[in-house]
Amino acid sequence: MAIAEQRRTDYQRQVVAASGWTAILHDWTTTVDHKKIGILYVLMSLVFLVIGGCEAILMRSQLLFPRYDFLPPDTFNQLFTMHGTTMVFFVGMPILIGVGNYLVPLMIGARDMAFPRMNALGFWATLFGGLLVYSSYATGGAPAIGWFAYAPLTERTFARTAATDLWALGLLVSGIGTLTAGINFIVTILGMRCPGMTLRKIPFFAWTMLWTSVQILLAIPPLTAALVMVLLDRNLGAHFFDTQNGGSAYLWQHLFWFFGHPEVYILVLPAFGMISEIIPVFSRKVLFGYEFMAAATAAIAFISMGVWSHHMFTVGMSKTLDLYFAAASLLVSIPTGIKFFNWLATMYGGKIRFASPMLFAFGFLSMFLIGGLTGIMLAIAPFNFQLSDSYFVVGHFHWVLIGGTLFGLFAGLHYWYPKVTGRMLSERMAQWQFWLLLIGFILTFGPMHISGILGMPRRIYTYEPDRGWEVWNQITTLGAAIQVPSYALFVINIVWSYFKGPLAGDDPWNAWTLEWATTSPPPAYNFEQILVVKSRRPLWDLKHPDDPDWNYE
Amino acid sequence: MDLFGVGTLLADCVPPENLSIFHPVSPGGRSIVSLSILVLAITGGILLVVGTVLMYCVFRFRTKTFDGHEPPQVYGSVPIEVAWTAAPAMIVFILVLVTTRTLWEVEIPVPEPVVGDNTLFVTVVGRQWWWEYQYEYYNGQKLGFTTANELHMPVSEASQQRRVYLTLKSADVCHSFWVPRLAGKTDLIPGRVNSMWLQTEQPGLYLGQCAEYCGTQHAHMLLRVNVESPAEFERWLQQEASVALHVDEATITRGREVFLGLSCINCHAVRGTGAKGTYGPDLTHIMSRATLASGQIPNNRENLRSWIADPQKIKPGCLMPAFGLSDKQLDEVVSYLESLR
Ligand code: HEM
Ligand SMILES: [Cu+2]
Repeated sequence: MAIAEQRRTDYQRQVVAASGWTAILHDWTTTVDHKKIGILYVLMSLVFLVIGGCEAILMRSQLLFPRYDFLPPDTFNQLFTMHGTTMVFFVGMPILIGVGNYLVPLMIGARDMAFPRMNALGFWATLFGGLLVYSSYATGGAPAIGWFAYAPLTERTFARTAATDLWALGLLVSGIGTLTAGINFIVTILGMRCPGMTLRKIPFFAWTMLWTSVQILLAIPPLTAALVMVLLDRNLGAHFFDTQNGGSAYLWQHLFWFFGHPEVYILVLPAFGMISEIIPVFSRKVLFGYEFMAAATAAIAFISMGVWSHHMFTVGMSKTLDLYFAAASLLVSIPTGIKFFNWLATMYGGKIRFASPMLFAFGFLSMFLIGGLTGIMLAIAPFNFQLSDSYFVVGHFHWVLIGGTLFGLFAGLHYWYPKVTGRMLSERMAQWQFWLLLIGFILTFGPMHISGILGMPRRIYTYEPDRGWEVWNQITTLGAAIQVPSYALFVINIVWSYFKGPLAGDDPWNAWTLEWATTSPPPAYNFEQILVVKSRRPLWDLKHPDDPDWNYE
Repeated sequence: MDLFGVGTLLADCVPPENLSIFHPVSPGGRSIVSLSILVLAITGGILLVVGTVLMYCVFRFRTKTFDGHEPPQVYGSVPIEVAWTAAPAMIVFILVLVTTRTLWEVEIPVPEPVVGDNTLFVTVVGRQWWWEYQYEYYNGQKLGFTTANELHMPVSEASQQRRVYLTLKSADVCHSFWVPRLAGKTDLIPGRVNSMWLQTEQPGLYLGQCAEYCGTQHAHMLLRVNVESPAEFERWLQQEASVALHVDEATITRGREVFLGLSCINCHAVRGTGAKGTYGPDLTHIMSRATLASGQIPNNRENLRSWIADPQKIKPGCLMPAFGLSDKQLDEVVSYLESLR
């Protein structure tokens, strides 16, 4: 027997020998199936979402009263560092990559991602990175440097413990995971589409994943470089950011925000993609202005690479630079506006059904609108001199990240859950989840805009009693408490419905993209037969042979 | 009434605890507020229009059950797309214009000190977690003394403008100088020199605090700006510029000896004595300051005593250690500090 064959049969014997749980565990830890990897990503992110949420609740408890001493200052500072780091690197990015992993091959009629094993590597690197960052708690305390980790606070002089090293190492490792995922998406989407699916016919979600991946490719390397430089500074006596030895604090800010600004679009573009799949299906209309939407996505990706210094309006740039970065930032609102109007036009004249995915899509639209407008205010440089690093900013970016990304994601998770599990989620629980989240969210982050305008800086563990900030902080904390049962309901819903939910069938929403053309859940090989498509909505063509889309595109 | 008028009106009769950016007392602050009100009006208008369209779509086109007949499919329209590309582009253009105007009003370069210009020049050094103020020039005259945590400046008058130029530096990590009613914030970055200017016609006390996360006690890096009449301000200048008062009284003399014999002097300076430390606040005229611990507690005998006994209890993590002084030593040192007026 050839050696390779011998190995294969040995392996099969082991798999058969392993029983029940071990077999399942073995299966999931060694999988290279894009669907299982996608599910792993999503489950990991949900665990980190709960951890990051607990950190937020602890912070909010400390801010309930002025000069409250529920938590000592360093504990609070560690909490907001870990909360921000967790939410950006271990919730936001991986959950979007996970959903993309599951859906992109299905949507473009492929059997897997282009590099299945690199795909698995990406997941494990992300998880390992997260564990590295959290292992700092075992060394006596988490880093207290903020997720933005401004130099020189990250130098040995000011951050003596290993926590900061673990933070940098963890982000470095998870960055490798993110980068490989980005490369994988690009190659998959460009190279593995089914016959007939030209670039102008790919489902919109795949289009946004493509541009998100381009941004990942451009944004992660500067972060990686910066993290390596910090590690060199801290451990080998380099002075890149060590201002006491001629290093530059300013350099870190540029490197960080050159990553950090595209990062927020990495977090929001896939949500745009999900919304662009959901609104048409639940309005029973084709996406209005596909080409303009596609061009707007590319424009956002492009412009957003040139606006990073709007996070640095107060560092004392020149007037001309302030003006440039303000104007460039404002420009982003044009393609974003185009997208928004096209979603509205898609709904206009439709037959809109407010099942839970559409409800969350509505939450996305209304909240993202507000978050976008406060973004315009922050882009106005002189206004920013007052607002930056105040609670207004905290209100603004949560409005975009939760109101935009998280609502978009929940819309997507509710929409595609039946595809993944073969069962429907409980609509009742979903509706409760939505309303609790919406109300809690508005109460949490609305008052933050006011406390910011009233002069409350961010990242403070306590505040003075006489400033008039008390009541706004208390409403904020109340709002955070209202959000808690909402997230809990979601977790209960996905677990309960997995066992008890009604069977979904292949195409429960009467949708149009390819993933609904296979079984729910799809087989390992996705499609029995590689399909041939002729338009953007292959299932519409099937359902309406008399009036197919390709007549209009 | 124009927007400037609204700004001034709002600014009247507001207590010092109010830090609202919409109650400015300075030309720079007012210029930002009038821009902000314009921006709020524009974004509010957009919210109203787009929000209404969204709500209209939601309520007009919602159906409980789908009847199986698909609505007409509209694939897009170039003229419509062009229209809603042009509209935001116009708004952006307007916003860029007004932004430019305010930027040029707010950001002005620092001039050279000239005799007769009534201008004050102060170098502000941000430190973990307090503020150092080095008074450089006033009215073209060199000053050259250092104080901490409470900035004093003269009020500006219609007949005689009095501007204050701040040169901003950092001794350790990044900080940010933010007194919302006086001006927008500007960062203090190690290795860089930034600047900003203050000017106000309204005397009073203006509060603020560090706005850039700077470590453990970032929350307690509070700012206080006293705006006084020129006469008051000049009296204060005179007093601060002098060396420490020397009182010959038994307890105070003993307190001075304890102070000078301890490691206090490694960090603190008292001009006219052997204490020349620069790591902590200058204590030469500590009793002229209303607060301790960068604005956190009132400056009185009791608080001085408990601060020296255990600074970590009042400001956990701060960079001054407790020295384990005996009750007697504490009393003597506090008496000495109380003589520093
Ligand atoms: C229950 C929901 C949440 C609550 C109550 C909450 C609350 C907070 C609070 C109190 C802070 C500290 C603000 C400060 O001191 O400056 C904060 C910071 C932050 N949050 Fe959240 N948050 C929530 C969810 C999220 C989500 C979903 C994300 C992103 C996907 C996120 C991203 C961040 C980031 C990036 C920071 C900045 C951390 C830093 O300053 O270093 N948060 N949040
Ligand atoms: Cu500071």
